Amino acid sequence: MRTVLFLIRKEYLQVFRDRAMLFLIFFLPAVQLLLLSSAATFEMRNARMHVVDRDGSPVSRELVARMAASGRFEVAARSASLELANRDLLARRVSLVLHIPPDFEHTLVRERVAPVQLLVDAENGAAAGVMQSYAASILNAYAADLGVELHPEVGGVREGGAPPPPAPGRERIEVRTRGWFNPRLDYSDYMVPGILVLLVTLVGTLLSAMNIAREKELGTLEQLNVTPLTRSQFIAGKLLPFWILALVELTVGLSLARLVFDIPMRGSLLLVYAAAAVYLVAALGIGLWISTVTETQQQAIFVTYFILMIYMLMSGLFTPVESMPRWAQLFTLLNPVRHFIEIMRAVLVKGAGFAAIQTPFAILVAYAAAVLAIAVRQYRKTSA
Amino acid sequence: MSVLLAFLRKETYHILRDRRTLVIALAMPLIQVLLFGFAIRTEVEEVRLAVVDPAPDHATLEIRARLASTGLFRTVAVLPTSAPLERLFQRGDARAAVVFEPGFAGRLGRGEPARVLLVSDATEPNQGSRIQAYALNVIRGYERELGAAGRGVRIVPEVRMRFNPTLESSNLFVPGLVAMILTIVSAMMTAVSLTREKETGTMEVLLVSPLRPWQIIAGKVLPYLVLGFLNVLTALAAAAAVFGVPMRGSLLLFLAESTLFILTSLALGILISTRTDSQRVATMGALVGLMMPTMVLSGFIFPLESLPGWLRPLTNVVPARWFVLIARGIMLKGVGLAYLWEETLVLLGMTLLLLGVGTKRFKIRLR
Amino acid sequence: MIEARELTRRFGAFTAVDAITFEVARGEVFGFLGANGAGKTTAIRMLTGLLAPTSGEARVAGFDVFRQADEIRRNIGYMSQKFSLYDDLTVRENVQLYGGIYGLSDRQIRERTDRLLRRLGFEHAADERVQRLPLGWKQKLAFSVALLHEPRVVFLDEPTGGVDPITRRQFWEMIYEAAAGGTTVLVTTHYMDEAEYCDRVSIMVAGRIGALGTPEELKTEFGVGSMDEVFVRLARPAGGAP
Repeated sequence: MRTVLFLIRKEYLQVFRDRAMLFLIFFLPAVQLLLLSSAATFEMRNARMHVVDRDGSPVSRELVARMAASGRFEVAARSASLELANRDLLARRVSLVLHIPPDFEHTLVRERVAPVQLLVDAENGAAAGVMQSYAASILNAYAADLGVELHPEVGGVREGGAPPPPAPGRERIEVRTRGWFNPRLDYSDYMVPGILVLLVTLVGTLLSAMNIAREKELGTLEQLNVTPLTRSQFIAGKLLPFWILALVELTVGLSLARLVFDIPMRGSLLLVYAAAAVYLVAALGIGLWISTVTETQQQAIFVTYFILMIYMLMSGLFTPVESMPRWAQLFTLLNPVRHFIEIMRAVLVKGAGFAAIQTPFAILVAYAAAVLAIAVRQYRKTSA
Repeated sequence: MSVLLAFLRKETYHILRDRRTLVIALAMPLIQVLLFGFAIRTEVEEVRLAVVDPAPDHATLEIRARLASTGLFRTVAVLPTSAPLERLFQRGDARAAVVFEPGFAGRLGRGEPARVLLVSDATEPNQGSRIQAYALNVIRGYERELGAAGRGVRIVPEVRMRFNPTLESSNLFVPGLVAMILTIVSAMMTAVSLTREKETGTMEVLLVSPLRPWQIIAGKVLPYLVLGFLNVLTALAAAAAVFGVPMRGSLLLFLAESTLFILTSLALGILISTRTDSQRVATMGALVGLMMPTMVLSGFIFPLESLPGWLRPLTNVVPARWFVLIARGIMLKGVGLAYLWEETLVLLGMTLLLLGVGTKRFKIRLR
Repeated sequence: MIEARELTRRFGAFTAVDAITFEVARGEVFGFLGANGAGKTTAIRMLTGLLAPTSGEARVAGFDVFRQADEIRRNIGYMSQKFSLYDDLTVRENVQLYGGIYGLSDRQIRERTDRLLRRLGFEHAADERVQRLPLGWKQKLAFSVALLHEPRVVFLDEPTGGVDPITRRQFWEMIYEAAAGGTTVLVTTHYMDEAEYCDRVSIMVAGRIGALGTPEELKTEFGVGSMDEVFVRLARPAGGAP
């Protein structure tokens, strides 16, 4: 153990002596956590809209006003020409076009059903889907209010709130809705824990993956290889420094999450740290394994970058795992990041206890043990 | 010029000789496009649904059946009480729940309001509200068929998704993915290969040679330009052949813009390499500094429109942001320079600026 | 202290070290000579446990290189061709690190660091980063670190490459001092004048030992006046090696 302490001390001396490294390990990730967490949201405000209102009736004007008042859309242009609107769409001056056909009000009053056209720039699919659903719900709400106004005998079907007095002779279903765990519907509750995990993983894996490769390239590894250091001492000496560093970084990140984003911490922090301790052994162990099988830092970086990309995009952070095809979902089971993000969210946001996260936790433990065993076996002092 | 050629040859051999790195550099982008093209979807699919139905009757069974038949919901549990719900949600075993009150059909028949509660896991807010909207729709549909609300008015939005009518995810992600891969690979490669020469001391040899600084940089960078270009070609071929991603605009323009973007990234790499002598710092800088910001601030995944206003100006300095716009414009909208000249100018300006600062710094270090 | 019997290493079809046999006694300074690529470094790497031999036998400090590599590591010091201490650590930090790795106690580390610094005349540079030291200093430091845990055998792979003549002389004084203290020294070099300083030398040619003996014996055997000429005779078989 004493030997390992000497190795840890050496790694810290090397890292902390380099100002640039300190900046990259602590400052940059912290700034990114703050900025990116605010940026990573699918919620849209003030989407620019081109309105082609060919009805020009009070009802159509009110409809446009409702869209604008929602805060979701902003009327950026009005015209009577779909041609013009289309050009705006092409040039990305607006994100959607609302076209209200002539006789809209009439049709609505007479037939009770009237169409409006929404042309959405689907160049960005996520945004397009979101805009569509915002627009649909605004239109629904408006229609419900209109129904009361135009045909008071019908009565509105309202969601939530107190039910209107029952009217005999009519079947009605009263629906209430609840969004659990995130009643403020705040994206940062969802994103901050995930982005934090990614940043810690990025820094930790890179440090460990380049470490041994760097010593190979500089020739210092050979000197270590003629010493009586055992394999486990060596791997421990390489893993522990960055493991501790990553835990410190996680702590910094969690504090920022709490102070700046007011992320709820409903579950036990102890549980979060227990999971983090296991997870980091797995993540950094993979880094070390890369480092033992590559000859140069350049190779190590490449493999690491490849793995990090997979980590990120298949973690369920940016796009839901449930949306992936089945084979890809199975594949994500191999991604430790996915499990740790799941645990973080479950414990912090949903207040889950150990029982609720035991499956991902067990997977992480198995992962850590396997990776560690492989890294220790892989490291050879004697080349064959 | 012949000096430069000789140097270029040396650099090319360098890359060709390191088979492992070469294979990784060529195959990786291809694998990524294939893997992520299939795997990254944003559609809400297969929502695990828990049903709390204390006293099933014909009405609740009908609603349950309708929910299941949308194909969107998969019923994972039918429970008599709502007590275990919290647990199911925490474990992630259920993402949504419908809770019926007992005597549901009876109340409906008597014309009393029959109550149903829709719960969704709103940890991810958008998904949470979308799931609710879908379920609500199903229930309203049932209600309409019962003839209850049939006399209200409806405004039917006819939605046309321009440029990507099916909202096919791969159409959207492939351009972004190409930007992402090019940024990281080109910037990182250049930064690492330049700092490697410094770390191993061979840079000094180059500096005392008759090569001029710009020739050293050009020699180090050009092979990677070729590599980046090959990456674009393979990614594009895979996108077209496997995912049928369209190329509505000019392929030539797309390739030219890609080359410009690769240059921007290479220039970024040069700049990073002038800041440090250690490969470790250079890669950390390139990966930690570029990977997440490129992913989040380029519009690759998150719509830029949803960014808070104070953050939006910041995205302007992310080169990938401009390339994503250009790539999507050409591939999906089929527009040409007439619509994209601004974005192109921005990229060009960035490249010149980065190259200027980079070479200047490089020279300063020589003295 | 070192015994090698028919020690061989092949890389694919190429035989880098071809069945070499020799012995080195305790306290002896044994020179390993040869042109670049003659197999010196490969031989050393096998004896220090960095490279697995293809065939043959070898014992270092009484331990078998195949089965007792860890015991060997505890009893040897090694200084590689390429400077291999940590450039970004200070002199003192490097010494402390290796002291710690070899399991010296804190007190031992302190005492030996002071002694080492004093002997090298490095007291003022103790907290300098190693990368700022001149090459000759670095080499002396690397040698001292290799001796830090008082190994029974020390392997020096071209320790004086690129070092000025004065430092080279100081370096050899350090080698003698270590040998006088009972440490066995195996040193490779291609400076033939250095060969004269060794108790015995072996000259490797294309992976084999071309000649072995004291410098005097070799000069007599080849009928020449200097080791330089012995070497030239051996390296050019056409010149008529026996």
